[in-house]
Amino acid sequence: MILIVVEHAHGAPRKSAFELVGVGRALAAASGRPLAALVLGRDGDAVANELTGFVADVHVVRDARLDPPRVETVTRAVAHAASALGASVVLVPASRAGLSYGPRVALRSGGALLEDVTSVAFEGDTVVATRLTYLSRVNATVVASATPVVVSVKLGAAAVAPLADTRGSVHELAVPFEADDERLEVVERQRLVKGRVALEEADVVVCGGRGFGSSAAFEQHVVALADALAAGVGATRAVVDAGWRPYGEQIGQTGKTVAPKLYLALAVSGAVQHLSGMNRAGVIVAVNKDADAPIFKVSDYGIVGDVLEVVPALQRALAGPD
Amino acid sequence: MKIVTILKQVPDAEARVRTKDGVLDLAGTTFVIDGMDEYGVEHALRLREAGAEAEIVAVAYGPPASEQVLRSALALGADRAVLLEAEAQLDPLALAGALAALIREQGADLVLTGGMQADWDSAALGPAVAEALGWPHVDWATAFRLDGERFEAVHDVDDGSETLRGSLPVVITTQQGLNEPRYPTLPNIMKAKRKPLEVRPADVETVQTEARSFEVLARERRRTVLEGDPGSATAELVRLLRDEAKVL
Repeated sequence: MILIVVEHAHGAPRKSAFELVGVGRALAAASGRPLAALVLGRDGDAVANELTGFVADVHVVRDARLDPPRVETVTRAVAHAASALGASVVLVPASRAGLSYGPRVALRSGGALLEDVTSVAFEGDTVVATRLTYLSRVNATVVASATPVVVSVKLGAAAVAPLADTRGSVHELAVPFEADDERLEVVERQRLVKGRVALEEADVVVCGGRGFGSSAAFEQHVVALADALAAGVGATRAVVDAGWRPYGEQIGQTGKTVAPKLYLALAVSGAVQHLSGMNRAGVIVAVNKDADAPIFKVSDYGIVGDVLEVVPALQRALAGPD
Repeated sequence: MKIVTILKQVPDAEARVRTKDGVLDLAGTTFVIDGMDEYGVEHALRLREAGAEAEIVAVAYGPPASEQVLRSALALGADRAVLLEAEAQLDPLALAGALAALIREQGADLVLTGGMQADWDSAALGPAVAEALGWPHVDWATAFRLDGERFEAVHDVDDGSETLRGSLPVVITTQQGLNEPRYPTLPNIMKAKRKPLEVRPADVETVQTEARSFEVLARERRRTVLEGDPGSATAELVRLLRDEAKVL
């Protein structure tokens, strides 16, 4: 069986769930194996119900110990479900959470891990995937030789799947948690600004660099442009090091990896560490006053100029002639 | 207490990576300590400077040349070093078993390692080592404080950050924001040459995942530079994004 682990927030599946459905359907069809989904959380019912529109069998673990989700409780639940349901492939999103519990589930299950893959397929009974290595510059083909195979799928790497023709059903699953699963205590959770689209899920990302000169100018230009485009806000390492923006908005090797349809790099020079976080974007636009900045070499469209002049002009151009 | 910091030698980020017939060619590449791992060494030193009585053991895995990164860690202030020698790029799960055995043998109660490897682009090592040890882990830590056996850590999660509390032992994966790593001084670099460095083969049982081939990712971009004043250049940009790229 192919098992999808559904991550959710605010009572709805995350976008990654529908991407995994597409990946899972292809693996199921190619291997003749059934497809099932796993939803974790005390209030997982609404999420599970939504998933029945996509997957025939949805298993839900309603347990207060999964709220808030912690890596060890999630590991226990996913490893137990994989074994109890006889999964040969466990698909998880390569979210921060999935990258954290994925290796633990694989090791605990005596299986293999294919991490942060951009594609995955069966070759006979063997699971083969592609993934990016060397700061996202080299595409590697990797092969798993143990079962179950835990596959974390890069966010945005697969298309969102359409609804199924028939409705599935929900099954309750109990998990034998152990005391050690709760040895870390969550004392506080800080959320990113509500209402703004999550960086990894955004179709458009606007990223700014130090060239804006100040935190206030960054807010006035980058954040305003992002809001106008319903885009995610990103920042370079220099910007977060300066304390203008939170670390959660940093894009690059030491920050987040994004692959939006459109990426606007504003006053971003394009160091290789930054490029590794965004070089899979569909269309890249660069604005930089240095015509020799490396970012122009990896951009589709470039404007050489001062962001403090170009960005307001871009805002006006987007608003149209009226 | 005993702190183990796990290190890896990786190609310099600026180095050009080549592939030929599906095989990686790293000839002539400069290798450096993985930047993500440096935060771990630095944090071990800071915990000791803040009063924790700690022996710091730097552990690296990789080819013989990886001794270099251990010498760097010793120059920064680690007390001794162990190199687990392995030629090939190892599956993090298999490697975790070998590292866990060493960590147990050393009697460590805190393990620090980078949040992501700059060669394999993998975040799996820290969680896998914790799993192999039966310890909890906190990944992507931006703060970590010790009070005796108790710790408090702040780490990044998908939609923000979380503050966690627990007791040692624990594996922490480190990243930018945790601290600002120091540079070694010349006298300490000299002193590091006399600190103990042990080399032994990595005892890896079964490898469950193998790389079959590599190919440098080359993506052609349009590289169109739009001329003119900001008004006309941005008007043209919006037109191209709508009509040519069709992303608006």
